[in-house]
Amino acid sequence: MAEDYDIPGTYVFDADASRRGFWLNQFAMSLMKPENRERFKADERAYLAEWQMTDEQREAVIARDYNRMLELGGNIFFVSKIGANDGKSFQFLAATMTGMTQPDYAEMMLKGGRSPVGARTKEEWEMHRG
Amino acid sequence: MARITAGVATSHVPAIGAAIDLGKTKEPYWAPIFEGYEWSKTWIAEEKPDVVILVYNDHASAFSLEMIPTFVLGTAAEFKPADEGWGPRPVPVVKNDPEFAAHLAQSLVLDEFDMTLVNKMDVDHGLTVPMSLMFGQPDEWPVKVVPLAVNVLQYPPPTARRCFNLGKAIRRAVESYPKDLKVMIFGTGGMSHQIHGPRAGLINAEFDNKFLDLLVEDPEQLAAKSHLEYMRECGAEGVELIMWLIMRGALNDHVTPLRRFYHVPASNTAVGHIVLDNA
Repeated sequence: MAEDYDIPGTYVFDADASRRGFWLNQFAMSLMKPENRERFKADERAYLAEWQMTDEQREAVIARDYNRMLELGGNIFFVSKIGANDGKSFQFLAATMTGMTQPDYAEMMLKGGRSPVGARTKEEWEMHRG
Repeated sequence: MARITAGVATSHVPAIGAAIDLGKTKEPYWAPIFEGYEWSKTWIAEEKPDVVILVYNDHASAFSLEMIPTFVLGTAAEFKPADEGWGPRPVPVVKNDPEFAAHLAQSLVLDEFDMTLVNKMDVDHGLTVPMSLMFGQPDEWPVKVVPLAVNVLQYPPPTARRCFNLGKAIRRAVESYPKDLKVMIFGTGGMSHQIHGPRAGLINAEFDNKFLDLLVEDPEQLAAKSHLEYMRECGAEGVELIMWLIMRGALNDHVTPLRRFYHVPASNTAVGHIVLDNA
């Protein structure tokens, strides 16, 4: 059973997620090898079909929906290799997960980052976001 | 006898490694970060440690999810820089002091810290970025390195208290080594950052600066904090700060801070750095 950690906007990657996301993460890690990167680029669906992932996980990868990948057991250090393979920076990935544009996100970081005020518990997070 | 003369803590942001490798260190965005390490580079070049015990975490480079070891001690003779998807960083191969590492392994396990011993692994930015920040871009690293990798990717990582106590066991292990060795210990990772999910971008400068104060004056308070508090206050990935407590646990109760530096941001992360004299 999944635990509830009461940290908003966060997917705590525990043993349960690790099991659910095992093949999604192993697929992502496979992109560290140049030959696999090439094969994935040539035909994403064909390459994904070789891994024992769920259809939902495959669709999340095709859509580059990182929050969805995390929800389905992805770990950020693994699935970010998909972004690296796309030639995207980590800051781009972070921005997409927050729903901000990359320039807005970069500007937020230059100004000191996201404040923890209102972001500590799910209750206060919901209140701040209205 | 071997002894630990100093502890160093630093963030290990991958973008810092990329900035070094791509020659961007003088650019306005990066220059203040690298200036923050100039004093420390000069200091460590004069201090000339024989060995660094480097506490870091692997980021899905050497370890997949097939096995998730909590504490790893690298006991091979050398470790190659990992290919993290863009080709390996152009940095020297990391050379161990394997006799010393074997002694540490034996001492720690007999002291009831059940380390996973690894004779083959590549080392990623978690280890190589701190090396570049402290030693620059030499053809060979001027020091031997014993890698100590901690699981912080899969929850739960070891507790802050467990990390602090591992540091104390490392000190006992070092001091029971008969050869005269000048040892330093690096704790890396942090400071506040969250790089995933809708809460990405979290930075907590107040927490980080208090952490730096307490690291010097009262690390017991940091050892008592829960994972939940670390993740909530300094980001899900900011929990890496527990690795700084391994470094601190290996030092005297009273230490002298020689250098302290804090900067926001490097990419998505708050950069923190401290040098603690263990005289």
